[in-house]
Amino acid sequence: MVIVPPSIDLAAVGPELILTGAASLLLLVGVFLKEQSRFLNPWIALLGVILAAGCASSSLFPHTTFQGMYAADLFTRFFKLLFLLGTGMTILISIKYTADEQIEHAEYYALLLFATIGMMLMAAASDLVTVFLGIETLSLSLYVLAGYTRTRLVSNEASLKYFLLGGFATGFLLYGIALIYGSTGHTNLAKIAYAVSHGNLNTGLLTIGALLLLVGLGFKVAAVPFHQWTPDVYQGAPIPVTAFMSAGPKAAVLAVMIRVFEQSIAFMNVDWTVWITILAILTMTVGNIAALVQSDAKRMLAFSSISHAGYAMVGMAAASREGSSAVLYYMLVYTFMNIGAFGILALVARQNEQRTAMRDFTGFAYKNPALAFIMTILVFSLAGIPPMAGFMAKFYIFMSAIKAGQNFLVLAAVLNSAIGIYYYLRFAIYMYMKEDEAPSTLPPLRASLGLILALVISLYGVIRLGVLPAEYLDFAGKALLTF
Amino acid sequence: MQLLIFYGFGFLALFSGIAMIMSRQPVTSALLMILNMFCLAGLYAQLGAHLIAALQVMVYAGAIMVLVLFVIMFLNLREKAGIVSKHGVMTQAVGIAVLGFVITAMVSKLDMAKLPAAKAPAADFGSVVAIGRVLFTDYLLPFEITSVLLLAAIVGAVVLAKRKV
Amino acid sequence: MLNQYIPVLVMTLAACGTAAGMIIATTIIGPKREFEEKMEPFECGVSPVSDPKSRFGVRFYLVAMLFIVFDIEAVFLFPWAAVFRELGMFGLVEMLVFILVLTVGLAYVWKKGALEWE
Repeated sequence: MVIVPPSIDLAAVGPELILTGAASLLLLVGVFLKEQSRFLNPWIALLGVILAAGCASSSLFPHTTFQGMYAADLFTRFFKLLFLLGTGMTILISIKYTADEQIEHAEYYALLLFATIGMMLMAAASDLVTVFLGIETLSLSLYVLAGYTRTRLVSNEASLKYFLLGGFATGFLLYGIALIYGSTGHTNLAKIAYAVSHGNLNTGLLTIGALLLLVGLGFKVAAVPFHQWTPDVYQGAPIPVTAFMSAGPKAAVLAVMIRVFEQSIAFMNVDWTVWITILAILTMTVGNIAALVQSDAKRMLAFSSISHAGYAMVGMAAASREGSSAVLYYMLVYTFMNIGAFGILALVARQNEQRTAMRDFTGFAYKNPALAFIMTILVFSLAGIPPMAGFMAKFYIFMSAIKAGQNFLVLAAVLNSAIGIYYYLRFAIYMYMKEDEAPSTLPPLRASLGLILALVISLYGVIRLGVLPAEYLDFAGKALLTF
Repeated sequence: MQLLIFYGFGFLALFSGIAMIMSRQPVTSALLMILNMFCLAGLYAQLGAHLIAALQVMVYAGAIMVLVLFVIMFLNLREKAGIVSKHGVMTQAVGIAVLGFVITAMVSKLDMAKLPAAKAPAADFGSVVAIGRVLFTDYLLPFEITSVLLLAAIVGAVVLAKRKV
Repeated sequence: MLNQYIPVLVMTLAACGTAAGMIIATTIIGPKREFEEKMEPFECGVSPVSDPKSRFGVRFYLVAMLFIVFDIEAVFLFPWAAVFRELGMFGLVEMLVFILVLTVGLAYVWKKGALEWE
């Protein structure tokens, strides 16, 4: 018997191939050229990211390939570009950080690229097997990255905690996948959708499977009540890694949620939007209230990133094409603004991350007026103050939920935004309105080239998407059409 | 006979699993875990998943157990270490009650009558050849992703465990 | 269906039987002239009795971890070898890609010195 080779479309996985190549190159250059090539590492990684982005934005005809395992559509493309943006910005803010902490190894950048490959596969997955492998590739890289500064105890703790709870969550995820397979007989999302809408299925089994899947994904996106690991991990991980983790991976999990719940299980006679609504309300509220009482800026940004996942889930709870496209837009905006804010935090924190408290921002505006101004714009955007992009993103999310009749949910979200404004403005208050008590003896802060580049991208995004959102919204809207 | 083997392996697996977490000796736990893995392999074999059964023994009962034993030795656990629970009896009782509730809810939700009828697997189901045929065609992408996943694992192992990176 | 496993069963029983038999046989038929010095296991300079749970270095851990990774790589070769002829050129290429990625890993580990006993 001769097996007919399946038809595969290598161009569709071009970005993944490029990143794999770049990561391999990094590893080999790292071991063959030794120390003297270290300064090259971020630039090799960056080159890979740019090439992959170029490949991802080339024209495509929406289709699935690899025997229905991989969806090459606009949805995938949107997320790929989002992830590459996040990774690129993370690399830029990592350059100085890794040099200061003496961790500018090839491995650091290679792991960032591996994580990005995992995220891309998650967004493109049209089969639960691909979803699982994507999540694993992402998680494995993140566990290691969280503990990358091996000499810092908090970093070790972050890695271990993340690994143990992440492994536990993977168990839920797999069990959910197994039960869905057991009830429908398929792992392919399109086939599951067909089976759900046409077959006489065991809905009990399917419901439990979907719930377990939601729990597993909830862990990964840090939705309350599955968020326990988040604050410690985000605080312990190196700052650029925290920035990376808070944007891309969350968007990737949301992409999986949209694909699985809106495309596949949507036809189930159980109202899954109730689950998402509960998760969204809990996530926003707990994240915001916890962020309110933090005195450490890094921890505060960690909690606030929990609440941002909650806002995004409001759009999912709308269960409409409009809601989903608002989620896409939200995550894009969040990537722009959050990584920029973390970049400035990394600068203020100085070596060994000793100064991450809110009060370390005291008087920042007098010493570095330009950076303080940028930070102000970013936190205004994070808080959702017009005309910044953060406002537009929230606006579209809330609009879609209102149209779906989720008024209570929107009320909760608006109240939460008010809390958010309060704690985000504390940054501005510390920077502008407080005097430095004692004149500090620390050397003045200077933004590195990488940070400046990252901030320029960040500012561009925050202002462009806030003032002229139409083009990107259109892209996000179209992404949902080609499922 | 089929049923006897199933219950034999099943109960042995349950017993070894429970004994594993009850045991105060880490090394004993590890050995009980091997027994558990073997029982699972037996169950897989009975389901017709022959390759998986073999891999279960090779990878889990073999390679991963070695790692588990290394870790136990690396951590140098004494008999008393790790068994002192911070939580009182009440917390444990509540935990068990909640878990019990969830499981009963799940089972009651399951409409046993509507479970899809078991289809007889194909004659060569679970054989190395049958798995090879689908693994390298339909599951080509997951197969290749695995190589990237393993590469990331190699890098991760070196970064975390090597003295000098 | 499970008939194929009869050899496995026989093998398991034979292995257990041999081990048990050796222990039983030596206790029964072995000569027993015991005195204290003889009963002490002899090893030059090493304390005869020590705690088996002594600490192992982290290097073992690294080796074990790398072993698992390459073990899993090898596992994928079994089904491939079984259908190699049916797959033809296509199969060769896909396995080459798989191996190539992991060869990068091997080259990396090797040059990094992670296989050396540091």
